[in-house]
Amino acid sequence: MESCNCVEPQLPTDELLMKYQYISDFFIAIAYFSIPLLLIYFVKKSAVFPYRWVLVQFGAFIVLCGATHLINLWTFTMHSRTVAIVMTTAKILTAVVSCATALMLVHIIPDLLSVKTRELFLKNKAAELDREMGLIRTQEETGRHVRMLTHEIRSTLDRHTILKTTLVELGRTLALEECALWMPTRTGLELQLSYTLRQQNPVGYTVPIHHPVINQVFSSNCAVPISPNCPVAKLRPHGGKFMPGEVVAVRVPLLHLSNFQIYDWPEVSTRNYALMVLMLPSDSARQWHEHELELVEVVADQVAVALSHAAILEESMRARDMLMEQNVALDLARREAETAIRTRNDFLAVMNHEMRTPMHATIALSSLLQETELTAEQRLMVETILKSSNLLATLINDVLDLSRLEDGSLQLEEATFNLHSVFREVLNLIKPVASVKKLSLNLQIAADLPAYAIGDEKRLMQTLLNVVGNAVKFSKEGSISITAFVAKPESYSRIPDFHPVPSDSHFYLRVQVKDSGAGINPQDIPKLFTKFAQSQTLATRNPAGSGLGLAICKRFVNLMEGEIWIESEGAGKGCTATFMVKLGIPDQSNESKLPFAPKNTGSHVSTNFAGLKVLVMDDNGISRSVTKGLLMHLGCAVTTVSSSEECLRVVSLEHKVIFMDVCTGLDGYELAVRIHEKFTNRLDRPLIVALTGNTNKVTKEKCMRVGMNGLILKPVSVEKMRGVLSELLERRVLFETL
Amino acid sequence: MDVIQWQRQHRDHQASMFREGFLDDQFIQLQKLQDETSPDFVIEVITMFFADSENLINNMKQALEQTPVDFRQVDAHVHQYKGSSASVGAARVKNVCVTFRNFCDAQNLEGCARCLQQLQHEYSLLKSNLQHLFGLQQQIQAAGGSIPTIE
Repeated sequence: MESCNCVEPQLPTDELLMKYQYISDFFIAIAYFSIPLLLIYFVKKSAVFPYRWVLVQFGAFIVLCGATHLINLWTFTMHSRTVAIVMTTAKILTAVVSCATALMLVHIIPDLLSVKTRELFLKNKAAELDREMGLIRTQEETGRHVRMLTHEIRSTLDRHTILKTTLVELGRTLALEECALWMPTRTGLELQLSYTLRQQNPVGYTVPIHHPVINQVFSSNCAVPISPNCPVAKLRPHGGKFMPGEVVAVRVPLLHLSNFQIYDWPEVSTRNYALMVLMLPSDSARQWHEHELELVEVVADQVAVALSHAAILEESMRARDMLMEQNVALDLARREAETAIRTRNDFLAVMNHEMRTPMHATIALSSLLQETELTAEQRLMVETILKSSNLLATLINDVLDLSRLEDGSLQLEEATFNLHSVFREVLNLIKPVASVKKLSLNLQIAADLPAYAIGDEKRLMQTLLNVVGNAVKFSKEGSISITAFVAKPESYSRIPDFHPVPSDSHFYLRVQVKDSGAGINPQDIPKLFTKFAQSQTLATRNPAGSGLGLAICKRFVNLMEGEIWIESEGAGKGCTATFMVKLGIPDQSNESKLPFAPKNTGSHVSTNFAGLKVLVMDDNGISRSVTKGLLMHLGCAVTTVSSSEECLRVVSLEHKVIFMDVCTGLDGYELAVRIHEKFTNRLDRPLIVALTGNTNKVTKEKCMRVGMNGLILKPVSVEKMRGVLSELLERRVLFETL
Repeated sequence: MDVIQWQRQHRDHQASMFREGFLDDQFIQLQKLQDETSPDFVIEVITMFFADSENLINNMKQALEQTPVDFRQVDAHVHQYKGSSASVGAARVKNVCVTFRNFCDAQNLEGCARCLQQLQHEYSLLKSNLQHLFGLQQQIQAAGGSIPTIE
């Protein structure tokens, strides 16, 4: 055994040691072999393990170590060279692997350690998030409570409900023992206990407002913890030995309507606060948490807003009730006023009628009396009676008119009427009076004044009559001239306060009445148009002027959007009355509907055709006279001609109707044509009517062909002529059926 | 004499004139035209008529005496007379005129001459009747009564 230079001979005492070594090696080997198995098993079990390669390496290392130790078992006793070689190989491999592993571990272990660090980090993070979650949850909880509370509070507009709900909800949310609300009293010097949660009937306990604690609470808008011994917090029945819970107080601003300025947020400097005191349950060792305080503050604000809304609502409801009452009262007053007006109008109407009837009787009978045989004395008396009655009648009319004018209940009529005939009629009415006084009247109508106008004919006539009547009344001698023309825009500016607007459908009629009578003192002119004002400079105390006439005229003229004024150079120098009124221009298209004469076509009064200028052409003297007599009986102003030439010479636009006999030798048809040529304005020219005894259609057709306006058969009775004239004038055409 | 008697006479006479056809409705119309403004209208017109009649009748006579007879001329006169008589309500005269015109159209000289004679006769009758009537009227008016009018 000399070649064996590797193994030391074993001592017999070392056998025990060797035995132990042997056993230990064995166990090591087993352990070494089992570890990788375990590793593999567990790694297989785990889903994620990033370092498999390391495991393999480690496994290999351990296996080889185990193998080494195992093989060591054989080296305790005498062993062959093979074993030695195997042993060596194993050792070499083990060495390699373990070095490799060691090297590897240098890289691996920091990684593994960092994993651990990361794990720790994540755990910390998770804990933090948990905390934050907890916070958020509490906040959200708070928010939810606030919302719910707000909803409860806002769902009602009743003050008491709001406050009660607040306390109840707060109490529930925060699990309070007691919650109380102190409101300032009317004097503002004390706080009165108004609402509590637990006690049903607050006793009306008051606390002076200028307590330092209260001031402290009022001066900050946060919830302030206060001492349970504070007078506002002393609400609970003292039970004895427990520790009172923490108390917190918060101010509740009481906003008024005046605090809400437009464009501004409500000022909080209202100085009017209520106090809300919240007490945690005693013995609970609970503390006020931040989020709870926040909740309380938010709620306090909401309550403030809700209260102010409730106040505003109350205010507006009260205002509305007041308005309704006022409305009812006004309605009643209006109805009473209407009744009063109606009664007055009825009274006026009745009185008017009642007064007019005897008036008419007096006037009519007096005038009839005048016609009979009277002595001079009697005549004088009758004249006086007549004059007074006329005056009274005028006065009655005036009063009725004026009262209606003042009412505003007078409305002008709008109808088409013959403007020229208005002037003529007034002239006819005034002529008798003027001629008695030996005054000369002349009327000048401008050529461009339309024959027809739209307006209130009656009132225009009344005005004109009044003005002309005044002129006649106050003139003792001389002449009265009436001019009527269309006012030109240049003349407007001379009149103060008159700004007419010319248009295509209207024109301004200007009428000037000049008289050479007594004249008026310029100082008295403004008074003329006022009611009942008498002019003192009139030498004659003329009772005929009650003073209403001009006032009424002025009203009418104003209603017609015009102006009336009087100029006079002084007493004795006469005066000029001028008025301008706005009249409509009638539409040319309905000229056929234009009334020619005043509209009492139904009545068979002969004054229907008063002053109607008519031309009669007939060469037979007898029938000419008869026709003339007939027409004169109806009140027309008749001119007779006996030949066509004479007819053409005499005819003018003043003649409204020409009665032409066509059954005589005169060629009436030719004449008609010539007349139509002479007067081309269809509106103004005379109507031509043929009178014939011929009953054949040829005549009628001939008449129609030359453009005659009518045909009537002779003989004509009075009634027939009357009917013919009215129909003719209304419709401008009349062809009698043959 | 008594106003009432005269009035009665007037009424009767007028009625008979109407009955006998001397006057027709047109005369009543004329009477209606008489009013305060023309109180003697009827008398004026009738007087004019008388003058005109005599004139026309003369013209007609002259026209018919001419040779050759200008029937158109005659017709013109008759036409005029017809118109006048119609205007005053002289019914019978008017009727004769109508017949006269027909004869003129037919250029019947004999017929015309006969008509002329008839015309003259009618005219004189009418004239005397009317003059009587007016006489009565004047008497009544002078006595202060009023003329009764026929409806």
